[in-house]
Amino acid sequence: MKTNIKTRLIGIIAVLVIFIFGIFGIPQGFSGAAVRQSLLNRIHLGLDLKGGMHLILQVRVEEAINAETDTDVAGIQSDLQQNGVSGAMVTKPDPNRPDFIQIAGVPADRTNDVRSLLESRYSSRFDVAPGVGNTWTLTMKPTVETEAKQRALDQAIEVITSRTNTLGVSEPIIEPYQLGSYQILVELPGVDDLGRVKDVIQSTARLEAHEVTGGPWPDKQTAMQSVGGYLPPDSELLQSVPGAASESSTGEWYELKKIPIWGGTDIRDAQPGHNPNTNEPEVDFYLTSAAGDKFAQWTGANIGKDMAIVLDNRVQEVAVIKGQIRDQGNIAGGGITDQRVKDLSMLLRTGALPASIDFSQETTVGPSLGADSIHQGVVASIVGMLTVMAFMLFYYRGAGINADLALFLNLVILLGFMGFTGATLTLPGIAGVILTIGMGVDSNVLIFERIREELRAGKSPAASVDQGFAHAWTTIVDTHVTTIVSAAILFIFGTGPVKGFAVTLTFGLLANLFTAVFVSRVIFDANLSRKLHGEPISI
Amino acid sequence: MELFHDVNIDWLGKKWYFLGFSLIFSVAGLLSILFWHGLPLDVDFRGGTVVRVKFAAQPDADRIRSAIDKAGLRDARIQQPYGPAANNEVLITLSRSATSEAAIDQGRAAVVATLAQNYTGGAQNQGKLDLDTVGRSALTSWLQQDDPEHLGNTTDAETRYQAQTNAVLHFRDDEHSGIIDSVDSLRGAVDPAVLTAFEQNAWLSGFSVRSVEIVGAQVGKVLQHQAELATLYSLAGMLVYLWFRFELIYGVAAVVACFHDTIITVGAFSLSNQEISLTVIAAILTLIGYSMNDTIVVFDRIRENLRLSRRESLSVVVNRSINQTLSRTVLTSGLTFLTVLSLFLFGGEVLRGFSFALVVGILIGTYSSIAVAAPMLVAYQDWRASRGRAATLPAAKKARV
Repeated sequence: MKTNIKTRLIGIIAVLVIFIFGIFGIPQGFSGAAVRQSLLNRIHLGLDLKGGMHLILQVRVEEAINAETDTDVAGIQSDLQQNGVSGAMVTKPDPNRPDFIQIAGVPADRTNDVRSLLESRYSSRFDVAPGVGNTWTLTMKPTVETEAKQRALDQAIEVITSRTNTLGVSEPIIEPYQLGSYQILVELPGVDDLGRVKDVIQSTARLEAHEVTGGPWPDKQTAMQSVGGYLPPDSELLQSVPGAASESSTGEWYELKKIPIWGGTDIRDAQPGHNPNTNEPEVDFYLTSAAGDKFAQWTGANIGKDMAIVLDNRVQEVAVIKGQIRDQGNIAGGGITDQRVKDLSMLLRTGALPASIDFSQETTVGPSLGADSIHQGVVASIVGMLTVMAFMLFYYRGAGINADLALFLNLVILLGFMGFTGATLTLPGIAGVILTIGMGVDSNVLIFERIREELRAGKSPAASVDQGFAHAWTTIVDTHVTTIVSAAILFIFGTGPVKGFAVTLTFGLLANLFTAVFVSRVIFDANLSRKLHGEPISI
Repeated sequence: MELFHDVNIDWLGKKWYFLGFSLIFSVAGLLSILFWHGLPLDVDFRGGTVVRVKFAAQPDADRIRSAIDKAGLRDARIQQPYGPAANNEVLITLSRSATSEAAIDQGRAAVVATLAQNYTGGAQNQGKLDLDTVGRSALTSWLQQDDPEHLGNTTDAETRYQAQTNAVLHFRDDEHSGIIDSVDSLRGAVDPAVLTAFEQNAWLSGFSVRSVEIVGAQVGKVLQHQAELATLYSLAGMLVYLWFRFELIYGVAAVVACFHDTIITVGAFSLSNQEISLTVIAAILTLIGYSMNDTIVVFDRIRENLRLSRRESLSVVVNRSINQTLSRTVLTSGLTFLTVLSLFLFGGEVLRGFSFALVVGILIGTYSSIAVAAPMLVAYQDWRASRGRAATLPAAKKARV
């Protein structure tokens, strides 16, 4: 019996040491600051305690579909032309249906050619259907559409990740947000410069070169009148930033070809620089070699025409093509500042977002609120714990020490768990710790009350302890299971802070099974073994 | 010591009092939800913007309101959270209509800009640095530009001013809740040269934005739906577990008791016009688990006693079981209540709703396991007897004790 107790005691001390290591790791020193630092290294604080930003972003995936079908429309047009089918109109008739393409005006004698063309080249991605009056409709297949949307989401996550990395945020979280459709969860601990972060994340940074087919016009109405009130489906009207064409230009409108000569994914590098003549800040960018070759070919064939550099649907620069350009260009003018040049080159380097992004939720906790929350949480925990401990000592006397030891070990194991698993401690998580103290002592009370009952029934102390633990065990399991079921549901449905609560509560109650039942029992046994048979115990 | 020794209370005999008590509280809560305060939902569910601002002195709500009104944010609500008065905090709430989905961030920007305009302290502060609102990167670059220690544009200067920035922010955020009383109070925390620079070119606006929460309508709706589902799944999970461990009727009785607790707790939020947030839902789910604890302890004892004495009537057994476990029930609930009370009193403003739900819920949960769940078992048996069926309550599947 005695050796048995000894091995169990050694086991408990080993557990204690292991979990204390889990909480603190190996501290750099024993000063208050060093211990505090090693504690913070092990226990990860949530955003609500550390301060920082929590964002949920909505990716407008239908824009990615739109861009994709725009390319298809141009592709179909050139395919038809190459096959000598003239007079056909390829359009996307419904602006709310980016996945839907219509071909009208196919000459009756060429129907078969069009059919075989569409079926051979487009049926893998579209459902091709003939309509009335020699029209054809192409609807993007749902699987293809979902894939394209998923791709856009993945790309957006990748781009945002590399952008936030340049902000110097430590331990950012950027991942798909499961509760929404095509949403991204972004957590940036310690960030306090809201405006800049949002700019950096939200900028689409889609840089493109387009052929200019008309303009400039002072406003949109004039532009529409000039093109005869009808814009060809492969063209678009865009406004320029002031100073786009010359020093004196003030934001005119241009008609551009919709399909860019090169686009956002063709940028290889971008760096902040200065104009050698005027010393104005500018962004110098370089194209990938494939896009550079294409661009050189195109500019060589189009000398004398106008070309526009477009950033996020605003014309940045309009220039006449004077000679072949291969892979280099710059963005300047429009009163661009040094900070903007820095940010913009970074954005271009990290790549364009495949679609624009809306903020659907934003929570920012300032560092001072976080610090106050930690302080208040710790005070509440200590007051709660001391109250419970004092009551147990008062009410159960000797056995109260037993319960208090178990409770203390429970807390050590809970925090050690958090350290080992890298789980995040949030403010509700601290509340979970406090609740664990309250609920954890429940197991002790159950056992002690039962032991008292057995003692009252006249059993010997040893037998009473034995019976008390045996009878209380099932009840303890039942009560723990119900609370853990609740916590599990919270973990599944909850986000951020609430998840942290579910984690501490679950860990705490699991640890409680060990401390209140096993550890407490060992202490009782150790106590009994030192007593004579039948000598009363303090409970 | 012992609080309850050999208690012998006829709990079932008081069932009409209990029924009355439960009815009064649930009906009052329901009436408040339907006709009085409605169901006050937090920005998490409702959508909208909440900006939490702390002021150096007791804020003047009327002044803030008129400033916000002037900025064109008409239906802003200005609340002063209850709690220690020294806290000096104000919650500025904009409803969803004031912040359209597309321009979700504008409300926050407008509130901050309005406050900044109205707390300038006069023209002499024009162009100076506000130490109460400045962020980390802005403060570092201000120091580098001002260069009070004449270090020039070196990497050494950068690390040095970063250290000074950290010292200021540590002083402000970690030690003084985000507000600096006077520039002079920084003496000792920063280098004398930096302090002199602050004295000349910095000022204190006396307010600091502590947190901002913006939720789009869409997200709010999704969260609301999730919260409802989570509560229902939780109740269903309990029902299934009790069905498996005891009998279906035990599960039904326990779930009815939990539902009763949930209704009364939510009703308490409506009656006191406090907002229900995500963490409050977390508290309610925890209460479902906790209230189930108490119920299970009583049911376990009922089951045990039924096996021991099959001759006695069910109500006698139930009464005895409640009395036997009363000491434990009161003790553990009391202890959990104490910890939750400490959370309510010391846990701070952010957790107020959460701890309020727990304070109310633990009281009600304890009451309901004695006054709702156990009497339901007896009522069920009486009902079966009245229809001429076997009158014994199933003593449950063979317990694995």
